[in-house]
Amino acid sequence: MKFLLQAVEALGRQVTGRLILLGAICRFFISVVAMSAMCLRRPWLVVREIYFIGVLSLLIIMVSGLFVGLVLGLQMYDTLERFGSGDGVGMVVALALVRELGPVLSALLFSSRAGSAVTAEIGLMKATEQLTALEMMAIQPVARVIAPRFWAGVISLPLLNVIFCALGIWGGYLVAVQLLGVDAGTFWSQMQNAVDFHQDVMNGIIKSIIFAFAVSLIAVYEGYSAVPTAEGVSRATTRTVVVSALVVLALDFVLTAFMFRGF
Amino acid sequence: MSRTAVDLWVGFFVALGLAAIVFLALKVANQSSFRAAPSYEVQAYFSNIGGLKMRAPVKSAGVVVGRVTHIELDTDSYQAKVSMAIENRYQFSVDSSASIITSGLLGEQYVGIDVGAEEEMLEADDTIEFTSSALLLEKLIGQFGLNSASGSATPAPAAASGTGVGEGANRE
Repeated sequence: MKFLLQAVEALGRQVTGRLILLGAICRFFISVVAMSAMCLRRPWLVVREIYFIGVLSLLIIMVSGLFVGLVLGLQMYDTLERFGSGDGVGMVVALALVRELGPVLSALLFSSRAGSAVTAEIGLMKATEQLTALEMMAIQPVARVIAPRFWAGVISLPLLNVIFCALGIWGGYLVAVQLLGVDAGTFWSQMQNAVDFHQDVMNGIIKSIIFAFAVSLIAVYEGYSAVPTAEGVSRATTRTVVVSALVVLALDFVLTAFMFRGF
Repeated sequence: MSRTAVDLWVGFFVALGLAAIVFLALKVANQSSFRAAPSYEVQAYFSNIGGLKMRAPVKSAGVVVGRVTHIELDTDSYQAKVSMAIENRYQFSVDSSASIITSGLLGEQYVGIDVGAEEEMLEADDTIEFTSSALLLEKLIGQFGLNSASGSATPAPAAASGTGVGEGANRE
């Protein structure tokens, strides 16, 4: 009986702990948004972070997108050709990239390339008491340090997503048309028949914007709430990547269920 | 890193993103293709349209001449009423026939128009008299299964006039 009570109590503690964490993240999000006025007054702060978060992620996003497209082209052509419809490879590659792979993979890459860096940077600022020093000088660290990084992430990820999709489709074109000999006209016309701008492309971009909010928020929150020691910063960095990946994949399922139901 | 260099790179990044959106809109999704050519609308009644969908192409001799604009069940005759918008530059004689064809074995279905011999041409809101329905693979298979099960002693009338899907499977 006592054992049972303890089990139930442990379960309850887990649930309340998670709820408290969720509440803390929501309050943090509200305070970041509320203190974003400085980003508008001094846009240079955000532009500088877009350089570090977005521009420096360009290389990995472009190379991954290209290779994902190349592999998709090869695999899809191989499978479709068994049913004698290898011409449809352009359609399959474009739909897969624009709807699912583009938003999800770019968000995962973004969280490991840029999200972890943001967490480590903010965590180290906290560990070396730079954030406290800012407060001593009557500068809000959330407004000066956190908000620019958050908004830079929100702006960068959707742009990276469309670049990823465009390069992936170009990679599919290279494999299908140049390597495997699918007719270029058929490739593009099948794709254009199947892909709808509002249903497919816009929904993919909306997905990406939602992922951008989630991943950026997790990155800055983990950094800001990191235990200010070397070990704490390393743990926070790891948690950023793991939690971002889980949240992106779970959100993706929910968003897909809402967006593409009935197709 | 100087401020101008950072600005330059960020500008380059944003321009690249915008170029990618334009590429997705024009080359991949083909926003520009939905130009509304002037067209006239004709109707056709089919006893079964199979998997025909709205916006499916209307073809004559394999060339796309229009689009299916509306599909509904006509409750007077219990036939499917298919409305098609055909471009003005294509004129067909009144005794043309419309049939529902599948492109390839598993491809999408479209309306094919075979031109007749009359001098008089179809006008807006006319009805195409001669139609042939979609060929339902399920019915064919059901008929085939039934025939071989009963030793083809009697031709199976049920499969020909049944409701279609799963007809053969239900009878085992």
